[in-house]
Amino acid sequence: MLALERVSKTYPNGAQALARFSADIRQGEIVAIIGGSGCGKSTLLRAIAGLDRASSGTVTLDDEAIASPHAKIGIIFQEPRLLPWLSVADNIGFGLAELPAMERREKVARALARVGLADKAQAWPRELSGGQAQRVAIARALVPQPEVLLLDEPFSALDAFTRRDLQDHLLDLWADTRPTLILVTHDVDEAVVLADRVLVMRPRPGRLFDQIEINLGRPRDRNSPLFENFKRSVLTSLDRSLDRSVPDRDATQGPGQAMWW
Amino acid sequence: MISDAPVLQQTSEPAERAAAPSRLSRYAGPALGLVLPVTLAVGWELVVWFGWSNGRLVPPPSRVFATITELARSGELVRHIAATLWRVGLGFAFGVVAGTLLGAISGYWSLARRLLDPTVQALRAIPSLAWVPLFILWLGIFETSKIALIAVGVFFPVYLGVMGAILIVDRKIVEVGRTFRLSGFAMIRRILLPAVLPAYVVSLRVGLGLGWMFVVAAELIGASEGLGYLLLDGQQLGKPAQILAAIVIFAILGKLTDWLIEVAAAPFLRWQDAFGRAKGA
Ligand SMILES: Nc1ncnc2c1ncn2[C@@H]1O[C@H](COP(=O)(O)OP(=O)(O)OP(=O)(O)O)[C@@H](O)[C@H]1O
Ligand SMILES: [Mg+2]
Repeated sequence: MLALERVSKTYPNGAQALARFSADIRQGEIVAIIGGSGCGKSTLLRAIAGLDRASSGTVTLDDEAIASPHAKIGIIFQEPRLLPWLSVADNIGFGLAELPAMERREKVARALARVGLADKAQAWPRELSGGQAQRVAIARALVPQPEVLLLDEPFSALDAFTRRDLQDHLLDLWADTRPTLILVTHDVDEAVVLADRVLVMRPRPGRLFDQIEINLGRPRDRNSPLFENFKRSVLTSLDRSLDRSVPDRDATQGPGQAMWW
Repeated sequence: MISDAPVLQQTSEPAERAAAPSRLSRYAGPALGLVLPVTLAVGWELVVWFGWSNGRLVPPPSRVFATITELARSGELVRHIAATLWRVGLGFAFGVVAGTLLGAISGYWSLARRLLDPTVQALRAIPSLAWVPLFILWLGIFETSKIALIAVGVFFPVYLGVMGAILIVDRKIVEVGRTFRLSGFAMIRRILLPAVLPAYVVSLRVGLGLGWMFVVAAELIGASEGLGYLLLDGQQLGKPAQILAAIVIFAILGKLTDWLIEVAAAPFLRWQDAFGRAKGA
């Protein structure tokens, strides 16, 4: 279990990005974090990843305090961040340096096939499309089999079709080993498709505002009325978190409303 | 998906048409650059051949070429080239080692940068030839002072190149290293070194260019052999063909050594989004 206890972060310039954020996340749970721009989502994720230390409060994974990057925690950023001087295969194997070469090659080959890029093994990252590059980043993060995978707006730079594709693909990969997923997103649709639970944050200072359990089986039908209902409750909560008036029914169903920022 | 097909057909034709002129310009480009010098050389050759000028101060290409072959036959040429290459090689080696070490320290360690960099920058502001009298006093007029001067010339571009390259390594890529818990040494080997390499190669090439510049200066100041000595000897004895011969050989050696660095580095830089390669180099 991943336990966040009163995690706060004040940056050296005095900006309070995060205030007493507490949550318990079960092993294997998929949690989406959503909230206005600048409400501390990335800050929270970086604290869980051990990239930045929280000013106060604790992050513990199975009773182990996290203060620096941990082998059981992987992270995927908004950009693929592939190492341009390594082939696709070597990028995926980057976190497996300690393994014997044979075993590493095997795991990389399996991961490549799993993300559907077996034919790109020897390609350079610059030769990939945005979606393919993000697939490689996902494979790189998953191949050391982390217990927790953090994703900071992983699909936001992709077009709508590719995004959907990768959302489904992510769920597919998740089913293999069922790591805990914590996903920051601006896309209500994405949150409801993927998450067991949506955490809504509120800005200035960043803190937890609301939680919505998505009690839907998988695979989820994006067009079902139930799905729409969950989307509407997330949107409503989001609007309340920003002290906006609750949008009326028609507005929430407009095509532009599902993407939210 | 189906609607893709006609679009593809439409685009393929202009693409082919666009490829044709680029293939032409690939050969025409360098050839075009040769037109002017070749015309001038041939023209001058003819002018002298017809007797319109005696070509005493500006010897025609054939006479320069004859000088080179003559020097080569007597074994002089090899001796001079060897002396110059030795100086450049040694000076370059010292300059590169010092520039790389100090540049890496300054780039990696901010305390060292604040301590070291202002001094280096101040020294860099001094025209390097101003060191010559001091070097001669300290190190004598023979090889050591020459090599020291060349090393100084090579040092600064390498130092700046290495330090600058380390400073601008993408923080996001470094973070990838951190998430995989790379320790200091592994971080240097697996992230910083490859990230810095392209800029490093450029700085080596700039450094080498300066090395060639400074070897001329060093040999003009006083030497009994070397290509720079050939220059000086040609001036003092009034042999412009010998001066031009030395200049031509400098050009060839400079280009050749530069090309060697490029070729040696190429296997490590294949991953780069090469702008030059896109242009069909
Ligand atoms: N390195 C930093 N130094 C100072 N302040 C920072 C720093 N990083 C973030 N902040 C501030 O902390 C707050 C939270 O930032 P954070 O990046 O976590 O927001 P976010 O929720 O991820 O926003 P977005 O949705 O736009 O990505 C913002 O007000 C931001 O200005
Ligand atoms: Mg963010």
